[in-house]
Amino acid sequence: MKISRVFKFLVSCFACLVAVVSSGSEIVPGMALIPAGRYTPLFRGARETNYVEVAAFLLDTVPVTNARYLEFVRANPKWRRSTVVRLFADEDYLKDWAADLEIGSTVAPDAPVTCVPWFAAKAFAAWAGRRLPFTAEWEYAAAASATRADGLNDPAFVAQIERWYTTPSAPTLASVAQSPPNIYGVYDLHGLVWEWVADFSTAMVTGDSRGDAGLDRSLFCAGGSENATDRNNFPAFMRYGLRSSLKANYTLHNLGFRCAKTIELTTPKCIP
Amino acid sequence: MVRAADSPVRGPAAKGSDPEIIGEEVAVLTHAPLVPPPIKRTHSTKVIVTLEVKEVVRRLSDGVEYLFWTFGGEVPGMFIRVREGDLVEFHLNNHPSSKMPHNIDLHAVTGPGGGAASSFTAPGHSSQFSFTALNPGLYVYHCATAPVGMHVGNGMYGLILVEPKSGFPPADKEYYVMQGEFYTTGRFGEEGQQYFDQNKALDERPTYVVFNGAVSSLVGDKAITAKVGERVRLFIGNGGPNLVSSFHVIGEIFDHVYPEGGTVATQQNVQTTVIPAGGSAIVDFKVEVPGTYVLVDHSLFRAFNKGALGMLKVTGPENLLAYSGKEVDAVYLGRQAEAGSAAEKEVASLQAQMKQAIQSDPKIVGLTKEIQIAKGKQIFMQTCFVCHQINGEGIPAQIPPLAKSDFLMQDLERSIRIVLQGRSGETVVNGKTFNGTMVPLNTLSDDEIANVLTYVRNSFGNSGDAVSLDRVRRIRSEAPAAPAAASFE
Repeated sequence: MKISRVFKFLVSCFACLVAVVSSGSEIVPGMALIPAGRYTPLFRGARETNYVEVAAFLLDTVPVTNARYLEFVRANPKWRRSTVVRLFADEDYLKDWAADLEIGSTVAPDAPVTCVPWFAAKAFAAWAGRRLPFTAEWEYAAAASATRADGLNDPAFVAQIERWYTTPSAPTLASVAQSPPNIYGVYDLHGLVWEWVADFSTAMVTGDSRGDAGLDRSLFCAGGSENATDRNNFPAFMRYGLRSSLKANYTLHNLGFRCAKTIELTTPKCIP
Repeated sequence: MVRAADSPVRGPAAKGSDPEIIGEEVAVLTHAPLVPPPIKRTHSTKVIVTLEVKEVVRRLSDGVEYLFWTFGGEVPGMFIRVREGDLVEFHLNNHPSSKMPHNIDLHAVTGPGGGAASSFTAPGHSSQFSFTALNPGLYVYHCATAPVGMHVGNGMYGLILVEPKSGFPPADKEYYVMQGEFYTTGRFGEEGQQYFDQNKALDERPTYVVFNGAVSSLVGDKAITAKVGERVRLFIGNGGPNLVSSFHVIGEIFDHVYPEGGTVATQQNVQTTVIPAGGSAIVDFKVEVPGTYVLVDHSLFRAFNKGALGMLKVTGPENLLAYSGKEVDAVYLGRQAEAGSAAEKEVASLQAQMKQAIQSDPKIVGLTKEIQIAKGKQIFMQTCFVCHQINGEGIPAQIPPLAKSDFLMQDLERSIRIVLQGRSGETVVNGKTFNGTMVPLNTLSDDEIANVLTYVRNSFGNSGDAVSLDRVRRIRSEAPAAPAAASFE
């Protein structure tokens, strides 16, 4: 899509206007508008700016539930548990479900769907006319607390997030939207499940968090500390760590996803 | 040619790369305080180690629970024992219920990251890598996933022993003790579920400093044990993540210390040894006296206020020579009293009372006698037993018996003289006549003579009073009596 510089400028003004006017309200059912802003990634190269611009976008207010995912597999037989291609989903794909088209009693229909690989999440999003959020978008939206967009500057909010990481996994996941939404009206970004992002594989953590000497630190920096913009943002370290431990066909019992949507006529600027 | 860690070649191929690798076995892993048995093999082999990472809620202290991140379900992680030169095929499984990805950095691995990058594992997944245990020693392993301090602070550490090809000197008991500290949101002892406190960790202000993952994990019926006379070896690690330990066992002296987990016992007779965070030490000592020995981090507020206490319980016969127990409990008024002053008189009077109290207290007197017997036995076993025999029976027609001896028990002062001056000529003991010579043993001190006579007069069926030092002293100061036999009869 090719648009003129001037038009692009006008569009971003419009997006900002929308952001101001309709922040926190739904302009697509089930999705919240996340206004344009800046996101400071945990790791940046020496020659990169410390932040990335995030254009306004839409984000599902809740993670995709089992019930919603069932609709997807009904419509897409190749994503049923018994027919899925192993290359795209490991052996634990939808393992908590009773059968191909039956959620069963182990998990609740309105709990987040988990044990789904990145390939399936991506296919679901395309089927739903949406896409997966990028890391920058997800982290930017998740930085907001119930009362402020810069929630990460609030130690109480950070401590509350950290609490989930240091609490044992619940045997059965709770339903979505059981705790208060953040300032944009988005639920469950913290405290329920991990979520896939479109570019999870760019996390560039090597697995040895302290940085392999052989790697270029300015590029990779490896999850440790050398180049981290906020060394004390432990939850961010943990999310980067988890993302980098994944492969696209992996399924985890506490890893789900939600969808995003680009606002029409704008070009997402957040692609790294 | 051996292969280093993270080699893409593994399994049989790697095995094939070293002709000295013979066979294959599955490593025996143990939870603390137990240690897998010494390796008897005399060749290298392929050892398969499987360690499961699990995030579990367990007791940190009474009424206090904590979500530990563990290697093997407990803190510290399971003890791994391999032999220098072994090819280790390592499998790291991350339990499906885990929230976090984890990995392992074994300090025993030679290669960047110590295996961390090769073992980075998402929940519900498994990783494999291989390494050759090139360097013997006692090594820490730990998780190295960001934030590393938090993963270690939640309990992700353990020990791997790479036993030298020559092995260690034998020990009767081997135990695994690992220190680590915990940073909880609540204060020490605050009940209920506790959470990791990032700020306390950054400030290095732990709430708990413990051995083996919890307060009292080595106390009471969970104490480690030994019997008198046994040699105890401790494999001690320190997971940190922040503190350095001053490891000490109250009432013991380490006969040998392999500082920092190396393979040479460079020190002997050590009271307190430093265990660095992310480091270890091996100590051994023979236990001589029964009782309870308390393991501490001698940075004492950690021991008595934050939990760094453990116990070694030693059972067996008393050894009053090595340790008497309390002999005197008395008032002490200091030495400041001037001569002739009222205070000095009071001190003198109290001392007299004390002496009298000691003499009239059968318990103390009994104890004193027991100590004399124990000490006297040592003298007897160095000198007298050669002639009088260990059982005091002597040798028929040559050496008179001490056992149930009328001659011995009749006259104490005569006995003292015989020891000091010797004896020759006829001696009638229990109706039998002996005609030999005993050499003077006047090189023994008064003390030693008093003790050895107390021993023989209270052994071999004899029963008598303790022999006082004063009595021996007095007799030694007398002019030597004529060495005629008549003087004795």
